[in-house]
Amino acid sequence: MSALVDVRAASKVFRQPATLVERIGSAFGVCELPRPVHAVDDVSLEIRNGEVLGLVGESGCGKSTLGRMIAGILPPSAGSALFDGMPLLAGAGRPVKSTTRVQMIFQDPFASLDPRMRVGDIIAEGPVAHGLVSKSASAADVSRWLSTVGLDPQVADRYPHQFSGGQRQRIAIARALAMRPDMLVCDEPVASLDVSIQAQIVNLFLKLRRDLGLTMLFISHDLGVVRHVSDRIAIMYLGRIVEIGTARSVFERPRHPYTRALLDSVPRLRIDDRVEVDFRPIRGELPSPLDPPAGCHFHMRCPHANEACAVQRPTLLHVEGREVACLRATELDLSGEAPP
Amino acid sequence: MTALLEVRDLATHFATRTGVVRAVDGVTLSLAPGEIIGLVGESGSGKSVTGFSILGLVDPPGRIVRGSVRFEGRELVGLPHGELRSLRGRRIAMVFQDPSATLNPVLTILDQMRLALEAHERIGKAAARARAAEILTRVGIPDAGRRLDSYPHQLSGGMRQRVAIAIALLNRPALVVCDEPTTALDVSIQAQILAEMKSLARESGTALIWISHDLSTVSALASRILVMYAGRVVEEGTVGDVLSAPRHPYTRGLLDSLPSLATPGQDLRQIPGAMPSLSDPPPGCAFAPRCAHAVDACTAMPDLVGAGGRGVRCHRPLGDAP
Amino acid sequence: MNGNSPLLRFWDEFVENRVALAAFLLVVAIVGIAALAPIVAPQDPYDLASLALADARRPPGFVGSKGFTHWLGTDAQGRDLLSAILYGLRVSLQVGLAAGAFAFAVGATLGAVAAFAGGRTESFIMRFIDLQLSFPAILLALVLAAVLGQGKWQLVTALVTAQYAYFARTAHGAAAAERAKDYVMAALSTPLSARRVVFRHILPNCLPPLIVVATVQVANSIALEATLSFLGLGLPVTEPSLGMLIANGFQYMLSGRYWISIYPGVALIVLIVAINLVGDQIRDQLNPRLRR
Ligand SMILES: Nc1ncnc2c1ncn2[C@@H]1O[C@H](COP(=O)(O)OP(=O)(O)OP(=O)(O)O)[C@@H](O)[C@H]1O
Ligand SMILES: Nc1ncnc2c1ncn2[C@@H]1O[C@H](COP(=O)(O)OP(=O)(O)OP(=O)(O)O)[C@@H](O)[C@H]1O
Ligand code: SF4
Ligand SMILES: [Mg+2]
Ligand SMILES: [Mg+2]
Repeated sequence: MSALVDVRAASKVFRQPATLVERIGSAFGVCELPRPVHAVDDVSLEIRNGEVLGLVGESGCGKSTLGRMIAGILPPSAGSALFDGMPLLAGAGRPVKSTTRVQMIFQDPFASLDPRMRVGDIIAEGPVAHGLVSKSASAADVSRWLSTVGLDPQVADRYPHQFSGGQRQRIAIARALAMRPDMLVCDEPVASLDVSIQAQIVNLFLKLRRDLGLTMLFISHDLGVVRHVSDRIAIMYLGRIVEIGTARSVFERPRHPYTRALLDSVPRLRIDDRVEVDFRPIRGELPSPLDPPAGCHFHMRCPHANEACAVQRPTLLHVEGREVACLRATELDLSGEAPP
Repeated sequence: MTALLEVRDLATHFATRTGVVRAVDGVTLSLAPGEIIGLVGESGSGKSVTGFSILGLVDPPGRIVRGSVRFEGRELVGLPHGELRSLRGRRIAMVFQDPSATLNPVLTILDQMRLALEAHERIGKAAARARAAEILTRVGIPDAGRRLDSYPHQLSGGMRQRVAIAIALLNRPALVVCDEPTTALDVSIQAQILAEMKSLARESGTALIWISHDLSTVSALASRILVMYAGRVVEEGTVGDVLSAPRHPYTRGLLDSLPSLATPGQDLRQIPGAMPSLSDPPPGCAFAPRCAHAVDACTAMPDLVGAGGRGVRCHRPLGDAP
Repeated sequence: MNGNSPLLRFWDEFVENRVALAAFLLVVAIVGIAALAPIVAPQDPYDLASLALADARRPPGFVGSKGFTHWLGTDAQGRDLLSAILYGLRVSLQVGLAAGAFAFAVGATLGAVAAFAGGRTESFIMRFIDLQLSFPAILLALVLAAVLGQGKWQLVTALVTAQYAYFARTAHGAAAAERAKDYVMAALSTPLSARRVVFRHILPNCLPPLIVVATVQVANSIALEATLSFLGLGLPVTEPSLGMLIANGFQYMLSGRYWISIYPGVALIVLIVAINLVGDQIRDQLNPRLRR
């Protein structure tokens, strides 16, 4: 299988522009310049043609930022993101996205649809602007994609506010599909939906993947959902990928202490009154991305950390058929209780 | 054991421009001292409004239109505002999903906790500080003494939520209504708070109503569970009974749609459709339009039937002989 | 057809406030009468031949030499004051609306483009606008009106220059908020051209606050124009606006011929208050804190 997406040593740093007061203040040493946020810190990964890669991690670890780089919305500050061997963004200074082959789906379907446009116009706008369909054929095209996502084609002349969350997410999916993408970047597409609606949308993704052969980056913090839809899974912690491998190996035999802790911290469904659940939280707090710890970002919370972990940055190494960024990956035995 | 809280046939409606929203329409529940119950259901099913109604926190256009809330033997519906307020914070408290609903951004943590203490008793500065530090430590805030002097914005989201919980627990209330306090937090922080809540409730004998749409967290924390749908309780029982042998098709459907119980890559079993509008619900069982077992009789409202705290509101409960 | 558009819903809610509805109808009526002034006015105040000096400065109710009643009296040139006010309203409204419309177009575009572009472009545009806003609008308008000379278009230019910055700042604030929303991200991921994103997506969603500013600014530019005309800097005497009518009558105030100034003044106030009432209701309706 060939790599459809190739992210090479990509980083993204957000710098808050300093105000005049801050600049003058810092010159006299009375206040600090705003610190940059290393949202994505030297990440390399490949997404193979036709696979679903799950991306998991805690809030603020950079999942959306990485997703946006792969979708061609954000230019990396360093490194590059290639799509099918070509740069996603073209032009210097203000680079613009150069392909329509990768499309993005967002978490909040209440925010991702322009409230002032009719559903039909929302779906037809992109394909017409790019000449994928003619204006006269666009109505038929809209109907086709609406039925693909399980909506009545009659709804094309309604406004987004007339739909429920699940229906809106279907509209957002139809909009992405109408661009005839090879790949979808899905940023927490079911996080804002109820369990019963979530299942409908997850099933829709599974069906689209089967019928259209789409490649997907599936971002979520819900381990159950990610496990269900992904072939491979990448675990992210504070801007870095710490473990990446097949869904089975990562979930069943995690080799990074963070993956292990993350899996352990999810409460499992208890269906027996006699069983007590013991919660196994990760100790400590997520460090601030403004001031990440040196060495392994996880070392302050890691039960297995030693002195080296506080100074040396671990790189992704092949261990047991997956890649792990942990200095002690080969020596640690993390097999515990079977995860969900 | 006598009940701490007895809610009977509680109904809270909102008069809006598009009609009357029957947000809560006949909820009955009871809670023993120190007991933890979970209230689950999908978005808009009336969980929060039930919680607000118990505390008398429903704002217009909402109104409790019928039913009773007896707490420690006292009827709360119709109680004058002043008395309700003195009860809140002292005997009953609420924790919200968004801690900024509780925390005042311009006061330090200590000041807010002192205000909460002084509202209900006379307490010296030093004593208040000691009490505040103690309770912060108990909800798992490291270095509590120093944290007391911070402002809310200087804390992370998880810390803020713990401070909100600490304020709720400050006056050792008999009941705390927790409205999805961990939904906005990460799993790792959620696990910490769940663990702390469980041991706190056990140590201090505080009863909890834990509102959530996440079956897993509720099952881990609560001993009994109430499933709400469209403003009504459709199933109740111990966690084990309800989740291992659900009797309402909706509960069954919820469990079936959980990905963690399915084979990866296989289609999930989904409930078709969506919850009906509460201003124009279908006649009879509100779940009927989505239910695979619905029959003609389902156009009449089923009662919540059962004994010993195990109840189901369905004409054709699962597990019955056909 | 499914016509439940956001605008329709807005209108349904608007008409629930009776005061605002009355104000809105009043504004419509005033605009209507002003537009039809040549037809409804008893006299053409610009037609010097129809004026009789003998009729000058007569009180309300006076029956003039032309045989009709001057309900609001006459001014120093013997013009029927009611007709003069109707024509004056027409001029004031033309200038106010034209200035408002151009200031809206220029300001909203600048603000939205700045917010979308970000970085240096944004800093440059917004610093300039902040700088301009630190001068009082009336000062700027006065200087420009003096430099450009008399005339309708000169006046409109002066007013637009003095007022576009308010639109720009509002548009910038609203557009910066919209810029971060996911529907803009979605448009960038399609990708749609920057021009399309700004004009088809961001600007239409910034309209609500801009409309509030527009109502206030139309009222302001009418007042500003009246002030300039009052000071003799606005329009030529051949096209008397309300401000000039007030100015003309001002010298007679103390001699008891109050009506020459007062009635145009009342017309001006009614118009401005009505526009502001409409604007207030729109603002309240758009304020999420006051929403039911
Ligand atoms: N436009 C921006 N400007 C400044 N900082 C940003 C920007 N976007 C993201 N960040 C910061 O970058 C970090 C990573 O953000 P990102 O949104 O990628 O996280 P995430 O993993 O998607 O989190 P979540 O689960 O909350 O969506 C965060 O600390 C965030 O505050
Ligand atoms: N102030 C209000 N005005 C009108 N309707 C309201 C108001 N507050 C709540 N409702 C309605 O009451 C119903 C129940 O709302 P509630 O907040 O209790 O749901 P919930 O179960 O807590 O959902 P969620 O999981 O989204 O928090 C909803 O349909 C909601 O629209
Ligand atoms: S590198 Fe060290 S600190 Fe990091 S996860 Fe491995 S053992 Fe823990
Ligand atoms: Mg994100
Ligand atoms: Mg709620």
